[in-house]
Amino acid sequence: MIRLENLTKVFETPGGTIVAADHIDMEVPEGEICILLGPSGCGKTTTLKMINRIIPPTSGKVFIGGKDTTTYDTVTLRRNMGYVIQQIGLFPNMTVEENICVVPRLLGWDGARAKRRAAELLEMMALDSAVFLKRYPKELSGGQQQRVGVARALAADPPVMLMDEPFGAVDPINREIIQDEFLKMQEKLRKTIMFVSHDIDEAVKMGDKVAIFRAGKLEQFDSPDNVLAHPANSFIADFVGGDRTLKRLRLVKVSEAMNPNAPCVRAEDSLEKAASLMAEHDQEYMVMVGPRGRARGVVYLSVAREKRGTCGEHHFGLKATVNVREDLRTAVSLMFSHDVAWLACVDEEGFFKGYITQRGITHLLGATYRDVAEGSAA
Amino acid sequence: MVTVHSLNRLLLFSGVFLLGIWAHASGIIDELLFYWGDIVFLSQQHIVLTAISGGLAILIGVPLGVWLSRPKMRRYSESMMQALNVGTTIPTLAVLALSMSWLGIGVIPAIFALWVASLLPIVRNTYTGLTSVPGYLKEAANGMGMRPLQILWQVELPNALFVIFAGIRTALAINVGTVPLAFLIGGGGLGELIFSGIDLNMPGMMLAGAIPTALLAILVDFMMGLLAYGLIPRGVNPLR
Repeated sequence: MIRLENLTKVFETPGGTIVAADHIDMEVPEGEICILLGPSGCGKTTTLKMINRIIPPTSGKVFIGGKDTTTYDTVTLRRNMGYVIQQIGLFPNMTVEENICVVPRLLGWDGARAKRRAAELLEMMALDSAVFLKRYPKELSGGQQQRVGVARALAADPPVMLMDEPFGAVDPINREIIQDEFLKMQEKLRKTIMFVSHDIDEAVKMGDKVAIFRAGKLEQFDSPDNVLAHPANSFIADFVGGDRTLKRLRLVKVSEAMNPNAPCVRAEDSLEKAASLMAEHDQEYMVMVGPRGRARGVVYLSVAREKRGTCGEHHFGLKATVNVREDLRTAVSLMFSHDVAWLACVDEEGFFKGYITQRGITHLLGATYRDVAEGSAA
Repeated sequence: MVTVHSLNRLLLFSGVFLLGIWAHASGIIDELLFYWGDIVFLSQQHIVLTAISGGLAILIGVPLGVWLSRPKMRRYSESMMQALNVGTTIPTLAVLALSMSWLGIGVIPAIFALWVASLLPIVRNTYTGLTSVPGYLKEAANGMGMRPLQILWQVELPNALFVIFAGIRTALAINVGTVPLAFLIGGGGLGELIFSGIDLNMPGMMLAGAIPTALLAILVDFMMGLLAYGLIPRGVNPLR
């Protein structure tokens, strides 16, 4: 857990006094990622760097795991925090292995243990340890350097990580990949992470919490969905963008938006049965599944009423299906590209799980606004 | 390309061959061999002068450069570098003369003057090399919990080593080339053959001093190159 209490930084410059961080109060629960977001010069990086005292705070306190960090000396504090910077900052004079072993060596681990840890971390970062351990940073691509940078910060298994635009220098395609890998890793590691970004999409994707800064002040500290759905003021509304509701599509998984226990038919079922099922559930289509429950095709109401026979004889192919683990953005994109108003949801192995409809998505995204409207009416 | 290369090589070989013929025909080889004993003895003196003054310059220059590059010293370091710069504009011959007027005649004043002459490139390059280590490397090191001395040894010095080595290399080249002047204040070295050769109008004697001096300079530079190649970590060594 990281808690900031009245954290303030005042810079005295020849041009006058600048308040870079103004009484910042926030609390990030254990195992969550908090994104510090805002335009440049808003104080997000200053706030981050006050946590490991790269920038000494003017006033206020930082608590980690409930303990006031001023009780630790600076060096101990920093060795127990992972730190990743935008320029990555791998030491060019050291091999990948030596780079990763820096903090373990500072902490006095024996060499063999540190090396084992380095190999283990590289594998975790999807880099072949046999190939990369003995390489120098200049022999790595930007994306690989970034992965090693994260591995180095994780080396001594610190409970807290500070990341200053860690994926800022990577090209957009690789950034997506690294973000996904990082999130997958975070599911297992459950670190408490402070993460500076200026990219709202990154914040929405990575963050459990988002803290939006402007001119040294913390403007809103909330879940990404709330920031997008209910921006606290016009500055935040502008900052997150006019398409903020579309951005929320990323936050919801298909599995959360589909209707579970959805009806389906089998190939041997008669068309009458299909038609009555459709009438019962008020829909004009029904997915036909194979013997073990894999989505095989679709039967339409018009066909079921006009023709006779079994579903297997009168079904059509499914234009598209969506994995239940995907987010709604993917689902909507599939709907648009196939010009359909609904999709069959399947799991990794193709088993049918439910339907997702455009109406359903609209309804779900609108729910939060209706709640507020009802609340204010009452 | 291949033909140009082989043509160049042919020209080089034939040039060396013709030089050999000329050297033999003019009797210069015999003349050089005549001074062989002197050459060996004076070369040893020459090397000792270079080794002591260059070694002292490295021992003092590198720590001085490190000290000047520390954040605490930043305010004064540029003016100190300027003072050192002014120091090098004084011609070596003048430094030798000044050092003689202060320390007298002999090896000590010669070493002192040579030390002064080769100090600046080392200090300058150490300082520049250390201050041009990117700030984000130091920040990363700092953020990982390294102490200032650990940052200096593990991050700053290794990353500045190539520039520092370049400074040492320049300094030693200057040093070897300046040692002959040391003869003028009684320091010995191959200058004895060169200056005596000039004074007595004996080109053979002069060449017997000049050629080994040139060869020594090349040898020292070559050895420094090897050292730089071997000692500087591969990750920060543009040579490999």
